[in-house]
Amino acid sequence: MAPDINPLVLLLASILTSNILLANFLGLCSFISISKDMDSANGLGMSVTAVLTITTAINWVVYRYILIPFDLLYLRFIVFIIIIAATVQVLEMVIDRFSPALYMALGIFLPLITVNCAILGVALFMEIRGYSFLQSIVFAFGSGLGWWLAIVSLAAIQKKVLKAPVPEGLKGAGITLITIGFMAMAFIGFSGMLIVQ
Amino acid sequence: MNKYKDILKDNLWDDNPVFVQILGICSTLAVTNNLTNTLIMSISVVFVAGLTNFSVASIKHFIPGKVRMIIQTLIISFFVIIVDLLLRAFLPDISKSLGPYVGLIITNCIIMGRAEAFARSNKPLISLWDGFTTGIGYMWVLMAIAFIRELFGFGSLFGIQIMPEGFKTWTIMIMAPSAFFILGGVIWIINNIKLSKESSK
Repeated sequence: MAPDINPLVLLLASILTSNILLANFLGLCSFISISKDMDSANGLGMSVTAVLTITTAINWVVYRYILIPFDLLYLRFIVFIIIIAATVQVLEMVIDRFSPALYMALGIFLPLITVNCAILGVALFMEIRGYSFLQSIVFAFGSGLGWWLAIVSLAAIQKKVLKAPVPEGLKGAGITLITIGFMAMAFIGFSGMLIVQ
Repeated sequence: MNKYKDILKDNLWDDNPVFVQILGICSTLAVTNNLTNTLIMSISVVFVAGLTNFSVASIKHFIPGKVRMIIQTLIISFFVIIVDLLLRAFLPDISKSLGPYVGLIITNCIIMGRAEAFARSNKPLISLWDGFTTGIGYMWVLMAIAFIRELFGFGSLFGIQIMPEGFKTWTIMIMAPSAFFILGGVIWIINNIKLSKESSK
């Protein structure tokens, strides 16, 4: 049964205290490779938020009304990933048709999102924690915003780090990971506000 | 035989998936505060990576280029489902504590990466070897991180108390930031080793 959590609390928690990236390590690959410039970070953050919200809604409905009644739970990984891939594909076509400018801006990032583990991760978390439809959507939207916030902050920090005198061996991924570590520590500071598991 | 040796060396050190390519760390980094979980997770990755590579290499002539990504994803999901069912059946406690992370092996970019970069242009047997060794290259780095985190965070290794009675555990080691710090540190140390090797040449 759905846990009794106020959607507003869930929204705040998924943005700050249990940030999908900094607390659950999801969506790191694209995070590390894209976070060097602000525009791309923004575009990717926006796409992730949109795709997360849409796919989680579809996944919830399919999970609740197809997988559970037909006893097909063991297929859930395949079903979730196909829905995610299909949604991204459709979204790409729709955006291309209605807003070519946005398509040009997002173009390369959209396909990347299919393999972003944050998307599948949110679907699996919602299943394990038994969230209701509203809770799932709020959780997905909040996680997307949290990821967006994290990647934009990292892009801003990276701008300074690139000019800093970093030891030779630590340049690149090393310093990026340590920066993310400090961000994660800062976000832990929020955890006094509310805790949601 | 030499080719197999080269692949092993590449995947364990020269072209290691974790500290050189920085790929696929998400789902595994999350469980590195505990050696047992890390071991099970990385064995699963070894299994999935090896067999995915083997399958992709075996059927590559029948896969049309346009839909190959989705077919590769399906192959990966297939093996991950097997792992998930095996864990549920034989190690239910660990399966529970790993939570969603087993399923997330599907989106582990290293597996798709090896399928794309190696299995599509090589024979099945050597692809199997490449998948396995990539997984092992991945495993040893994450085990090293888990070793440090569990030792200082809980004072134990594989759940067995190691540190003396009065040892005060370091809470930060259990929490998320330490995983980033230690991985960053590991990359730093390894880069330094590589740099000093190059300069001494």
